[in-house]
Amino acid sequence: MSSAATRRGFLVRVVAGVSTLALAGCNSVSQQPWIDPLLRSAEALTKRVQRLFGGSHALAQEFTKADIAPTFRANGTLDPGTAAYRNHVANGFKDWRITVTGLVEHPLSISLDQLRAMPSRTQITRHDCVEGWSCIGEWKGTQLQLILALAKPKEGARYVVARCADPMTDTDGDGVNDSDFYYESLDMVEATHPQTILAYELNGQPLPVANGAPVRIRAERQLGYKQPKYVMAIEVVDDYSKIAGGKGGYWEDQGYNWWGGI
Amino acid sequence: MAVANEPARTSTKRPIAIWAAIKEFLTYGANSDPDAPRHWFYRHRLFIRITHWSNAIVLCVMLMSGLQIFNAHSALYWGQGADFDHPILSLTAMQNDDGTLKGITQIGPWHFDTTGFLGASRVDGQWNVRGFPSWATIPGPQWLAMGRLWHFFFAWLFVTNGAIFAAFAFASGHFRRDLEPKASDFTRLPAEIVHHAKLQFPKGEAAKSYNGIQRLTYFTVIFILGPLVVLTGLTMSPTMDAAFPFLPWIFMGRQSARTIHFICAFSFLAFFIVHIVMVVLSGSWNNIRSMITGNYEIEGAPGGQHE
Repeated sequence: MSSAATRRGFLVRVVAGVSTLALAGCNSVSQQPWIDPLLRSAEALTKRVQRLFGGSHALAQEFTKADIAPTFRANGTLDPGTAAYRNHVANGFKDWRITVTGLVEHPLSISLDQLRAMPSRTQITRHDCVEGWSCIGEWKGTQLQLILALAKPKEGARYVVARCADPMTDTDGDGVNDSDFYYESLDMVEATHPQTILAYELNGQPLPVANGAPVRIRAERQLGYKQPKYVMAIEVVDDYSKIAGGKGGYWEDQGYNWWGGI
Repeated sequence: MAVANEPARTSTKRPIAIWAAIKEFLTYGANSDPDAPRHWFYRHRLFIRITHWSNAIVLCVMLMSGLQIFNAHSALYWGQGADFDHPILSLTAMQNDDGTLKGITQIGPWHFDTTGFLGASRVDGQWNVRGFPSWATIPGPQWLAMGRLWHFFFAWLFVTNGAIFAAFAFASGHFRRDLEPKASDFTRLPAEIVHHAKLQFPKGEAAKSYNGIQRLTYFTVIFILGPLVVLTGLTMSPTMDAAFPFLPWIFMGRQSARTIHFICAFSFLAFFIVHIVMVVLSGSWNNIRSMITGNYEIEGAPGGQHE
């Protein structure tokens, strides 16, 4: 065998070996316990740099009525389906209250009428889903910063956790979800951003059930999963590690980044 | 006993054999006659070699994790919002009457049956509705959260590596000498395309510098495609759009930016394939070695440096 042929044979074996290893590696390396923390280490850097440029007050782009999508796409929970929620739908959310608790000087319990009586903000914004699609809609609601100003967060308050009415897991297998209620957390910068609102209207109509009736959070510089629907309670905390899976939100507990600005 | 001895025997000899083959590969000339005189030319400096191979790895991870992210919503649109009923491109699946899946690729008004590859393919033997097949994505199974972790970690490496390359390229004169397109590159382009198509590659003195096609291609890929893929990537971030409203403005919306990002990714892939074909056709040993050790052997070049 000539030396050129030997070299060729060697290189073919190297390429074959490397590609087999790479393919096998791609499938198993994501399962390795060290890979998740390593890859996740970029998240803090991403957040810091994005905050550096975005600051606390850069506004998300607002659009005109002509840009509004004919139907606003609903995703995730389309109907919480619990008996309690069905009762609320049946009586027009008359008894729905949003509690504000935790590290606040004045805990609150707000009815929808009280919420609607507060100064409102209307914004036509683009909703960006983590899946990749976008949809433009007009939202009306109360700025979360106004609610927080009433409740007066105490020293050390770092996050605003929203607790929701939609359960994400079906434990008894009857086809209706009954546990693992959706929750999300925003830090104070995002929670007090002028475009972060407790929205109760979409495109001039009361929020439909599929889009989070009666109230959802809009945090316009974040992806959709950071904007929880069916909001029942606001909890101001210094640390979310004791809540549910400890990662700061339902999807975070499933492995998604806490920083939802990208 | 003989069987039990087998692994021990190979484990001591194989590394030596492999090392000998690597050494031979790295030192042996393109000219297969070992007695022929060799003309060596130091073609690629260390920074180019390092950033080249880091980029090769990073780009593979970016492409494959990007396809994983794309699979979470395997359709492309134009504008700010998504016109769900009229995607530019979509990879979807339909159920046949017998319950099996049919993968459909839609591009504009055209529909193609791409069962087994795009739209519907097997993951560990099971048929799945998925845009790109599992062998093309990181990780293999549908796992958006992990795909995003890979993508956003390696994005930092991609940008850092690119910035290091650009800084060295400008400082060392590599950009001015080898990458910056010259007016003559455009005038000579038709003739060079003919030469390339006939697989006639520069020899001797001419092989020491990049030809016009190389300069134009490398310039376009590194200094146009590179920034474009980064900027369209950033445009998909809602926080970046709030910080830099010109981003969605120049790309005519987040969904347009996503579509351009996708086109960039496949342009990289096309470049990658053509690049490898050209490396092989114009002398794979010599080319690959020059990107590892820096040394390139000039065939029949009296002016080549003799080492």
